Amino acid sequence: MPVNFFPAEFDVVRNTDKCIKCRACERQCSNEVHFYDADFDKMLTRDAQCVDCQRCVCICPTGALKIVPNPNDFRKSPNYTHQLMIENYRQAGTGAVLLSSMGTPKEYPIYWDKILINASQVTNPSIDPLREPMETKVFLGKKPAGIRKNPDGSVCTKIDPYLELSTPIMFSAMSYGSISKNAHESLARAAEELGIYYNTGEGGLHRDFYRYGANTIVQVASGRFGVFKDYLDTGAAIEIKMGQGAKPGIGGHLPGQKIGEDVSRTRMIPMGTDAISPAPHHDIYSIEDLRQLIFSLKEATEYTKPVIVKIAAVHNVAAIASGIARSGADIIAIDGFRGGTGAAPTRIRDNVGIPIELALAAVDQRLRDEGIRNEVSIVAAGSVRCSSDVVKAIALGADAVYIATPALLALGCHLCRTCHSGKCNWGIATQRPDLVKRLNPEVGYKRLVNLVHAWDHEIKEIMGGMGINSVEALRGNRLMLRGIGLTQKELDILGIRHAGE
Amino acid sequence: MTKINAENMHFKALNQAIRDSADREVTVEGCLGQRFIGSGCLHKSISVYGIPGNALGAYLTQSDITVYGNAQDALGDTMNDGTITIHGSCGDAPGYGMRDGTILIKGNAGYRAGIHMKQYMNKIPVLVIGGRVGDFLAEYQAGGRIIVLGLGFEDTCPVGSYCGTGMHGGAIYIRSEKAPHVPAQVSVSDADDEDKAQIAEDVRKYTGAFGGNAQEILSAHFFKLVPNSANPYKQLYVNN
Repeated sequence: MPVNFFPAEFDVVRNTDKCIKCRACERQCSNEVHFYDADFDKMLTRDAQCVDCQRCVCICPTGALKIVPNPNDFRKSPNYTHQLMIENYRQAGTGAVLLSSMGTPKEYPIYWDKILINASQVTNPSIDPLREPMETKVFLGKKPAGIRKNPDGSVCTKIDPYLELSTPIMFSAMSYGSISKNAHESLARAAEELGIYYNTGEGGLHRDFYRYGANTIVQVASGRFGVFKDYLDTGAAIEIKMGQGAKPGIGGHLPGQKIGEDVSRTRMIPMGTDAISPAPHHDIYSIEDLRQLIFSLKEATEYTKPVIVKIAAVHNVAAIASGIARSGADIIAIDGFRGGTGAAPTRIRDNVGIPIELALAAVDQRLRDEGIRNEVSIVAAGSVRCSSDVVKAIALGADAVYIATPALLALGCHLCRTCHSGKCNWGIATQRPDLVKRLNPEVGYKRLVNLVHAWDHEIKEIMGGMGINSVEALRGNRLMLRGIGLTQKELDILGIRHAGE
Repeated sequence: MTKINAENMHFKALNQAIRDSADREVTVEGCLGQRFIGSGCLHKSISVYGIPGNALGAYLTQSDITVYGNAQDALGDTMNDGTITIHGSCGDAPGYGMRDGTILIKGNAGYRAGIHMKQYMNKIPVLVIGGRVGDFLAEYQAGGRIIVLGLGFEDTCPVGSYCGTGMHGGAIYIRSEKAPHVPAQVSVSDADDEDKAQIAEDVRKYTGAFGGNAQEILSAHFFKLVPNSANPYKQLYVNN
């Protein structure tokens, strides 16, 4: 019998005093961890198949279950960690590339947590959002460099197409295919109710969701899935996906087993065939080529909607963003390397790209230095985790943020990071009908609305504390930020002072 | 029919004029490099005299375009349906991400032709190239038919290197005695009568547009290239 080189990652612990053998855990687990042994009248587990999604723990009516990390460990080494050893065993067994999901779990600096926000004391009094108006509405798109007037004094400034957001938060791109139809419906309905936008990702737009077009950003990626005139006409904005923070420099790959009938129709590819998005756009080799795609989309939609260019935060992000700002794009979305993904090679996810905080600060500064900041709006993405992250992002120069992982958390995701398996027990990252129906869009969309409302209120409170009553006045207001425990170099890049200065 | 003299016209003005035309038939004369002609057009039949610029017929929907001259790069990008006929050659990346419809090129095409062409049910795009084509033909091809006739290049294989890399759907037909070099994802066979019957209609469209004898063209030897698997990358990954 071949030796298994590594033990199960998790221990499924059952309190037999509490367990009533109702077998709910067995029915709920798509990984088939739990099973009933009639001979012994006992619930048993296959620990090695557990992914720690916590579904059984949450569903168990008597609270009899716990999933804990397997305390068994290899001989300790800070260099060859337990995880690294397992990964090498996996590759030696298969000869394959490691595939992971969601944001990197590796311990990189999180600059949000090393930045502190200011508040007013004595002078410039703070504002109470409960009794005074507080503006969180933002507009995304090109801003005119100045006001032009007709000889009679009337204003004739040409305003380019823009997006109007009730609060500076949008749902980031997640394709139909990588997430379920019910998850998409939850996002679409929430975006409509909130007066914000969700993003189709690169998998096209399901026919049922064309009605949410006014709150939809339609994405055009290298695979061009589901891209045609109706799709482009339906969206409020078009996003060209050049890169993604979790996997800069590589394309996408939705495995054939996730391409069922509905996904197949939406992407316009046969069932069961892999959906491959090549790493580059094969018609884009330069900023001039990017300009060409931007204008072909603008021509196709008669200059009625803004075009977003989304890039991964990489080393030369400031120079790249400067090129994009000159390419005709209206909005640049920058996706930091801690951002999530439905599937990415582990080594890429964990090692390629730079943090959004540094990228954002560098891009905003570069565009200001070049006098073209008004040419584009900036959307920060890639691990914006809570309302204080939003406030810090805006103060570092963002016009708005994209969130995805918090939206998935609102829908029940427990960050088990196995989206790529297609067996999501929470009905989010799966196309299996029996799993998809576990996510009720009626409940899901309300939870998303709650989440964003709560964040919006917190943003107002934090702004009020600073004596600022509009997001416009917070944007790029780096004096409101101080670093804690950062080097001078990091402070210089972030463009902020150290706490106490 | 609307006639537009495109001399010294910016592409925005030209395309606006085409869209605004009340007629289905639009003739553009004196075209000199204006981009995006017919991009996203609905219900138009556009004739172009001169040389249109890049991204001709991008997202083309229920429209036809005929060019009496050469075309440039990104011809028929993400084209949805209709027909584009080029009485000449075209530049790089024609038919990128094409979803349906037909592109007929009388002469040669540049690099990266037919990349990521798709198909779904009865929407099957067709790209016919009369002469020869550069490297990287049909990379990531997911569906549709690509036909390279090699007319006038009978002594060589009319396709360049790296033909069909990452191919996972559709088929490529190459009229040649000399087999192309292909990567491991692609299998090459001699086209039999049944295969030729599949492309007879496409070849007739070609000869209908540019002249020539379809029967004669089809009587020559063709190679048929198809992917080895619909999931060429399946074995590459292990869950981590």
